[in-house]
Amino acid sequence: MKNKRYALSFFILGCLVLLFLALNLCAGSVAVPLREVFDILLGRGTDEVFRDIIMTIRFPRALAAAILGGGLALSGYLLQTFFHNPIAGPFTLGISSGAKLVVALVMVCSLGWSLRVSSLMMIGAAFVGAMISMGFVLLMSRVMDNMSMLIVSGVMIGYICSAVTDFIVTFADDSNIVNLHNWSKGSFSGITWENVALMGVVIFVTSFFVFLLSKPISAYQMGESYARNMGVNIQLFRTLLVLLSSILSACVTAYAGPVSFVGIAVPHLVKSLLKTTKPLLMIPGCFLGGAVFCLLCDLLARVLLAPTELSISTVTAVFGAPIVILIMIRKRKEKAG
Amino acid sequence: MKEFYFYTEALTVGYHGVPLIKNIEICLKKGEILTLIGPNGAGKTTILKSIIRQLEPIGGVARLEGQEIGKLSGNELSKKLSVVLTERVRPELMTCEDVVATGRYPYTGRFGLLSREDWSLVREAMELVHVEELRQRDFTKISDGQKQRVMLARAICQEPDIIVLDEPTSFLDIRYKLEFLSILQRMSREKNLSVIMSLHELELAGRISHKLLCVKGDKVDRFGTPEEIFTPGYISDLYGMTAGSYDETTGNLELEPVKRAPEVFVIAGNGSGTALFRKLQREGTSFAAGILWENDLDCPAARALASEVILEKAFCPIGADKVRRAKELIDGCQRVICTLELEEAGEWARELKDLARYAREKRTLF
Repeated sequence: MKNKRYALSFFILGCLVLLFLALNLCAGSVAVPLREVFDILLGRGTDEVFRDIIMTIRFPRALAAAILGGGLALSGYLLQTFFHNPIAGPFTLGISSGAKLVVALVMVCSLGWSLRVSSLMMIGAAFVGAMISMGFVLLMSRVMDNMSMLIVSGVMIGYICSAVTDFIVTFADDSNIVNLHNWSKGSFSGITWENVALMGVVIFVTSFFVFLLSKPISAYQMGESYARNMGVNIQLFRTLLVLLSSILSACVTAYAGPVSFVGIAVPHLVKSLLKTTKPLLMIPGCFLGGAVFCLLCDLLARVLLAPTELSISTVTAVFGAPIVILIMIRKRKEKAG
Repeated sequence: MKEFYFYTEALTVGYHGVPLIKNIEICLKKGEILTLIGPNGAGKTTILKSIIRQLEPIGGVARLEGQEIGKLSGNELSKKLSVVLTERVRPELMTCEDVVATGRYPYTGRFGLLSREDWSLVREAMELVHVEELRQRDFTKISDGQKQRVMLARAICQEPDIIVLDEPTSFLDIRYKLEFLSILQRMSREKNLSVIMSLHELELAGRISHKLLCVKGDKVDRFGTPEEIFTPGYISDLYGMTAGSYDETTGNLELEPVKRAPEVFVIAGNGSGTALFRKLQREGTSFAAGILWENDLDCPAARALASEVILEKAFCPIGADKVRRAKELIDGCQRVICTLELEEAGEWARELKDLARYAREKRTLF
């Protein structure tokens, strides 16, 4: 009964990933017929323009949206587990914004000294920023036992970081700044195959380690004291959670800028779909769900006002924010009932 | 110390390096039940937390089978010791069976998947504590009492040698209190399980425990068998009771007596007066009671509540001096109430009948 539900859910998620992947390849300011897309993917494409659009722009971008979306959702899931709070996420806790700030700094500086910034450096910079924000959030969580206050302080950190980033971006003088500006708002555009390869390695390896943690995560869901009694090394486990979720959100931020709400909305939706919180199912579920969510949002961002592109956060917020409100209403009801 | 399964050596516990309770010496054999009693905030939970390694001891060690608990690996310890804590658990979307199944955690592999044997142990544990009908219910949607029993099932299916419980009976009604403790007693007898717990219910603590540890503020006040602990007056001393009284022999608990010259005299005995004593106390009426033999059922309540009790030694005929004193008291009272069926009373109640007649003549008998 339950297993049927799980199998069906994963089947649906898998189909949706493929469906949206295909849609992302076909749709855009220039529509490419599906048959043509298949031909191009199989290396039989004849139309040079179409092939260029698909292979150098849309395909890497779609893959990036899927991979980064998955990573982001997973990072959100880890943070929710860590803080025992359904609305914790890389964006609400200010971790994305912290990563964004350091990446912007590094970019502006390197532009000033006319250095080339490698992808790896960007990820590294984002990771440093993420860890700084995370450290701050952890400090705050010691002082504040109220979880809502923690989120509020996280959002505030996010605003401060964004403000500083805007400041830096405004005063940096370079022609490349347009790009930087787009990035700081969040976007999957301008992704190269090289990028996809690197982010693929980072995200998949990290996700694999997360998956290996599913047993202690399930113990941790029973609360810290019980987890300790089950033999979990809490100190080590918490450190790993923080590190892994920071790597994931840092990697996403390095490539796509801050993307809001995916980290909260997707784990919640996947949980409702699977009707379980077992990490063994939730981890792959969140990854697939995040991929679907970001593919859909990126599709809308590109297509809705084509040829103008919306920033990805605009679209994710439209879908994600109502879900956050829904979670809070439900939580309140649970408390009352 | 070899005969003991669990013991501590000069264990000092506290928070943030500040010692709260010093030099705790506990020893417990296999299959024995140890209960921690003492006033709120005395540090019972702190001691338990230090034993189960949630809290780093400040000094001394606790040992299981001679091995230092602090040096066991998390997994080793979890196969020997399981816990039921006061911490509220709020697992999302988990059935009670799922919650119980988390007890098998130390025995599962890399991904925490349960084998067929694991599941049958889960089922057994749930049957043992009578929660098998909750198997598919959402854990967050059952009552606190049910949750507590599910958590016990969880602790049991962890197959421990020793189980540590922090105030496990707090949310249970009287039926489940007894049932819960009976399960622990049965496990201790049949499976040689050792139990360390804290309880607020003194009478139950005195019944079930092999050993009691009395925690009072900054020290362990007493450690021993219930017979050694429940000496007259000790409980009121341990808890620093300022109102009411506790009778160590019978477990009888009474509110504060009305302290005035008696307005009512109660001729009681054989347990017939206790309810009336309590009613008078509720109304704020002071009373005297007599003449009671020291082994009478009414004696504990009378002693706790009456401004004066006229007592005769057990198994002795009532002396003339007692009768005289009773009549004096009756003279001072506006009312005399007799709760005994004097017509049916035997020869030894002659003096009581005499008192009733005396009161009737004075028109004060009700």
